[in-house]
Amino acid sequence: MLLIECPNCGPRDETEYHYGGEAHVPYPEDPSQLSDKEWAEYLFYRSNPKGLLAERWAHTTGCRRWFNVLRDTVTYEIKAVYAIGEPRPALQADPPQHPRGGTR
Amino acid sequence: MADQLLTDITRFRRSPLARLHDRMTAASVTGARDVALREIPFLNMVGIRVRPGSAAAEALAAVAEVPLPAAHGAVTGDPDGVAVVWQGPDEFLLVSQDETVVPLELTETADREPGALISLSTHPLTTQLCRALAGHQESGQVVDLSANRTTLELSGHCARAVLEKGCHLDLHPRVFEVGTAVSTTLGPVQVILWRTAERTWRIMPRASFAEYVAHWLMDAMTEFASSEVP
Repeated sequence: MLLIECPNCGPRDETEYHYGGEAHVPYPEDPSQLSDKEWAEYLFYRSNPKGLLAERWAHTTGCRRWFNVLRDTVTYEIKAVYAIGEPRPALQADPPQHPRGGTR
Repeated sequence: MADQLLTDITRFRRSPLARLHDRMTAASVTGARDVALREIPFLNMVGIRVRPGSAAAEALAAVAEVPLPAAHGAVTGDPDGVAVVWQGPDEFLLVSQDETVVPLELTETADREPGALISLSTHPLTTQLCRALAGHQESGQVVDLSANRTTLELSGHCARAVLEKGCHLDLHPRVFEVGTAVSTTLGPVQVILWRTAERTWRIMPRASFAEYVAHWLMDAMTEFASSEVP
């Protein structure tokens, strides 16, 4: 189980949280001007990286506030926790430590 | 006509755990490993959302005669009087004793526009808080949430051991001091866990989860009726 640090409540079990998908996906300026393809890309297409991913979490059974988390999708290590509206923190570029291929 | 209107509505209400009162009493353990469970029904609860430090927040604190708590886990006031529990950076839960006074406006038979009353609450303090907030431009909320949660009180030497079976927080007094309340999970259920005294805890689940939580606690208390296995 992940231990996630809520900015308000401190470290709590993963089960106290609700996952909100990738962070920093901007709402289209003028959604009515988008083609179906562009709209579908906004709704469903995410970066799905192998490595650091900025994502949103809500502490649903605690303070009920949303916040952003920078998590490594390979090691599940949480690198940073920051407020909604803040830019993604720039971490020192970690050299890729993951062997090619990963788990299959 | 007016004398036929009911002003005592308290005899119609039923607490979520009234049905389990006798079973909770029977499940309580006495002796060296004592732990007791009971419901404290009908506590008044008011959800307050207001920006701390604003004029509206100060007005509400003045009416409640209790300052708003500043940070996670903090509780201000007195559990047996008026207390305010921190719920979020701009969200608080005021808990006070039961008192039911049907306001005169609610017993009038005159037609009224929807939303014309400042509050539909039957607790005088809640109505006062609504009035205090209404005088401010700042957006905020005062909502009567008394029916949202019920309150269980778990007390005794083994109360912490019972809770530790289903709560992953550190409940040791060096971390979880008397007068701390947090919103967390007990087993699978979201509750507000509040340490009101060294060996006394309030557990506040939502009303529809209350029966499950009471059964869960009674089950967790069972082992303390037997002598400890070395």
